Amino acid sequence: MGLFGIGSFSSIIQRIFGKKHAKIGIYGPPNVGKTTLANRILRDWTGDIMGSVSEIPHETRVAKCKKNVRVENGSSSLMMDIIDTPGIATKIDYKEFMNTFGLSREEAKKRAKEATEGVIESIRWLENVDGVLLVMDSTQDPFTQVNVTIIGNLEARNLPVLIAANKIDMEDSSPATLKSAFPQHPVIPVSALTGYNAENLYSHMVKQFSKRKRRRGR
Amino acid sequence: MVNKDKGISVNLVSRQKLEEFSTDEKLEFILNEIRNGKVLVLENGLTSVEQASLIQQTMEKIEQDTFIGIEMEGYGEEKASFLQKILGKIKKPRMTVIGPADLLKTVRKDSNMIQTRIIPGRGAR
Repeated sequence: MGLFGIGSFSSIIQRIFGKKHAKIGIYGPPNVGKTTLANRILRDWTGDIMGSVSEIPHETRVAKCKKNVRVENGSSSLMMDIIDTPGIATKIDYKEFMNTFGLSREEAKKRAKEATEGVIESIRWLENVDGVLLVMDSTQDPFTQVNVTIIGNLEARNLPVLIAANKIDMEDSSPATLKSAFPQHPVIPVSALTGYNAENLYSHMVKQFSKRKRRRGR
Repeated sequence: MVNKDKGISVNLVSRQKLEEFSTDEKLEFILNEIRNGKVLVLENGLTSVEQASLIQQTMEKIEQDTFIGIEMEGYGEEKASFLQKILGKIKKPRMTVIGPADLLKTVRKDSNMIQTRIIPGRGAR
């Protein structure tokens, strides 16, 4: 595209005024509450839901997208396409589904196979999002390789990240640990299940994901 | 099949060796070694983008009864100083330990130490 082509022009406008429409991926390891949070966001802003949730890991095995979700923050707002991605893991053992969650061998193998495909799909989506809502379980150690890998990828691509420290309704949650682990990114404590502090999360989503596009570079 | 007599290989891979590879060659080398039941300690680890590619390729190669994935722990990329940025020096990934998920378990990780355990009874395939 030439200097004054459509691509360049929209890019210049975006740099000056910030985004009005952004594709936001909800990312994280399995079982941190990504779909519960996606459901919370959609319920609050569209009245709809994204998908089913389960205590068995890898319930979401195919990325789901809800387009044109307008999230407001006072007088400003941002139109978002919200993508609920399958949990990213480095290992998937079908025997865990059998031994821990009581699935039959056949069900467990099918779930494991679909889960591997889901991880691949999640990583592919990283190329196509404008920002990421990274969900972490605030009752768990945040310093996992999956979290570090996701954050490193987003930093390498200069994509805005907002960390949702989920499950703060649990007694042993420690959002402060997440804040100290990733001080370079905003961390918002939230309970996707009860909706506690969701308003604060929405306010930060509008601010963080409306940001003007930065130049790529490392 | 697990062969206990062969024991477990823990291979330290030098920075020079890793720098000889392209990214694709590096990931292929790592995955082949891991699928053969070896634990690798990389002197210079992988960038975040390479790690994501490794996870992706691992998922493509999972075989439900013989290869369930990888365990990987390392330290983040070194932050380039202001001077290094001016000189165009890139951030370097740091030491990383990678192994088969059914063999290597991370016990604890902090900013000074990565503590892992090799599960007894398993060995090089």
